[in-house]
Amino acid sequence: MLIFMVRRFGTMILTMLVVSILVFLLLEINVEGVAIKVLGPYTSVEQRNLWLERNGYFDPAILRYLRWLGNFVIGDFGNSVRFKVPVSDVLWPRLANTGILGAVALFFASLIGLTLGVIAGMREGGGHDRGVSVSAILTTSVPEFASATFLASFFVFYLQWLPGTSGMIDGFDPVQLVLPVMVLVIYDWGYIARMTRASMAEVMTTHYIRTAVLKGLPYGQVIRRHALRNALIAPFTVIMLQINWLLSGVIVVEVAFAYKGFGALLYEASLNQDIYLIEACAMVAVFVAVMTQTLADIGYTYLNPRIRFS
Amino acid sequence: MTDQAAGIPRRESSLLRFVRGAALIRESWVGMIGFAIVLFWVLVAVFAPLLAPFPPNQTGLPLSPPGAAGMTGGVYWLGTDQLGRDTLSRIIYGSRQVLLYAPLATLCAYLVGIPMGLAAGYRRGLTDDILSFISNVILSFPVLVLYIIIIATIGASGTNIVIAVTFASAPGIMRIVRGLVLDLRNREYVFAAETRGESPWRIMLVEILPNARGPLIVDACLRLGYVVITIGTLGFLGLGLPPPDPDWGGMVSELRQFAIVDPLLAVFPCIAISSLVLGFNLLADGLREVSLRD
Repeated sequence: MLIFMVRRFGTMILTMLVVSILVFLLLEINVEGVAIKVLGPYTSVEQRNLWLERNGYFDPAILRYLRWLGNFVIGDFGNSVRFKVPVSDVLWPRLANTGILGAVALFFASLIGLTLGVIAGMREGGGHDRGVSVSAILTTSVPEFASATFLASFFVFYLQWLPGTSGMIDGFDPVQLVLPVMVLVIYDWGYIARMTRASMAEVMTTHYIRTAVLKGLPYGQVIRRHALRNALIAPFTVIMLQINWLLSGVIVVEVAFAYKGFGALLYEASLNQDIYLIEACAMVAVFVAVMTQTLADIGYTYLNPRIRFS
Repeated sequence: MTDQAAGIPRRESSLLRFVRGAALIRESWVGMIGFAIVLFWVLVAVFAPLLAPFPPNQTGLPLSPPGAAGMTGGVYWLGTDQLGRDTLSRIIYGSRQVLLYAPLATLCAYLVGIPMGLAAGYRRGLTDDILSFISNVILSFPVLVLYIIIIATIGASGTNIVIAVTFASAPGIMRIVRGLVLDLRNREYVFAAETRGESPWRIMLVEILPNARGPLIVDACLRLGYVVITIGTLGFLGLGLPPPDPDWGGMVSELRQFAIVDPLLAVFPCIAISSLVLGFNLLADGLREVSLRD
C-alpha cells in the first residue's frame, strides 16, 4: 500500500511537470499577445516591447520556466496579468466557491443516480429499468449550456422564481446556487445511475442472492443486506472519477450564470493569456484529477478485499 | 461461378457484410429512433438551401417573436436574432457546420488513436509504457480545460477545433484499442499470421483491427455525440467557428443575452443540438444492445 501511494505520488509530480511544460510551450507560440492583452490593441510595438522586456518576457523560455517552477515549488505562484494581483489571491477564494458548487452538485447527483440505479438494476429489463435507462440517455444528451438555457427560460423568465445570475454580489445566497446545481446534476446523474444499474444487475444474478431469495428472506431484506453492499462498490469509483468531469462542467455553468468560481477564472485566464494564472489552474486541475483517482483506487481496495495492489 | 461449382461458398464482399451487420440495428427500437434522428439532421444539412426560408446571414426585423411575418414576405417561424437573421434558417445551415466538423474531428482522433493503441497493445514493453504515460498525462486533464487552453491560444477556426479534438480524444481511443488488442493478440489466427512471417503492422491492421471493430463503432457513436457537445460548448464560450456563419452554440450565447425580450428565442438552437446528441447516443445504445445479443 505504501509503495503504491509513493508510486502514485511520483506519477503525479511527473504529470504535473509535463503538463506545466506543455502549457508553457503552448503559450510560448504568441508571446506578443500577452502584451496586447495587457496594454490594449492600440499600442505601438515599442510600448509592447518595453513592457515585455520589463516583465522579463525576452529571457529565454527555459530560464523563465525554471524561474516560475522555482517560485511555484515554494508557494509563490506569480502575478496575474489579468487581475493585477498575486495569483493565489484570486485562486483560493475562487476554488472555495467551486468547491461549494461541486460538493452540492455531486451530493445530489450521487443521491439521485444511486437511488435510481439501484431501482433500475433490481430487475433487469423491467419497466423501471427501461424508464431509468432512457431518461439517463435523455438527460446526458443535453449539453450543459442547453440545459442552463432551458432551465433559465422556465424558472427565471416564465415562473420568475429564481434569479438568472449567480454572481453572489451581496454575499453568499443559496437561492442563486439552485440553477447551477440543477444543470450539473442533470448532466451528471445519468452516468452514476447507469454504472450503479450495471453493477446492481450483475449482483442480482449471483448465487448468494438466489440463495437468499430461495431461503425465503423478504425481498427488501435481500436488497438491503445482501445486494446493496456489493453493488455499491463500482459506483463509488465512478463517483470519485466524476469529480474530474465536474471540473469541466463547472466552466460552462459558471460562465453561463456568472458564478465566481474556478471554472470561470480559468476561462478568463485562457482568454487573456494570463500564463501564471493558467499554470496555477492547470496544476490544481491535475492535482484534483490524480488525487481523486488515487482515492478511488484506495477506496476500491478497502471496499473490495478481493483486490490487492502488488 | 467456378467457386460455387467447386462447392466452396463464395465469400461475401466486405461492404455487403458491413451493410448486413449495420442492418441489425432494426432489431433495437431505441437504435432505430437514434438512427432516424441522425438521418433527419443529415438530410437537413444536405438539403439546407432548399429547406431554409431565408439565407442564413440575411438581416431583417431584429428580435422578432416566433411566427412573426418578415418584411418582404415569409414567416420567421422561430423568430430572429438581434440582427434580424432568421433563427430557423440559421439552425438549418448550422447543422452543416456541426455535421461537417464533428465527424471530421472524430475521424482524425481515430486515425491518431488507433495506431497508437495497436502499437501499445501489440508491441507492449517500452512502446506501451511511453504511449500509456503520454495518454495518462493528457487524460488526467479535464477535457474542456484542455480545449479552452488550446483554442484560446491557437485561435478559433474549424481546423483548430479538429486539431484540439484530435489531441484531447486520441488518448481515450488509444486506451480502448489497447485493451482490445491485449485480448485479441493471443488468438490463434494472430499466432498463425506470425508463423507465416507477416509484418507486425500487417498483423495489427489486417488481423487484429477488423476483429476489434464492434466496440469501436459503438464508441465512435458515443464520441460523435460528445464532440457535438464540445463544438457547441466552444461556440457557447465564444471559441467556436468564427461569425457570421451560423454555429448552434454561438447562436445560443447570442440569443441568451436577449432572453429578457423573449426567453424562447435561445431555446430553439438548444433543442437542435440536444436532439442531435440524443440521436447519436441512442444509436450507440442500440448498436451496443444488438452487438451484445449474439
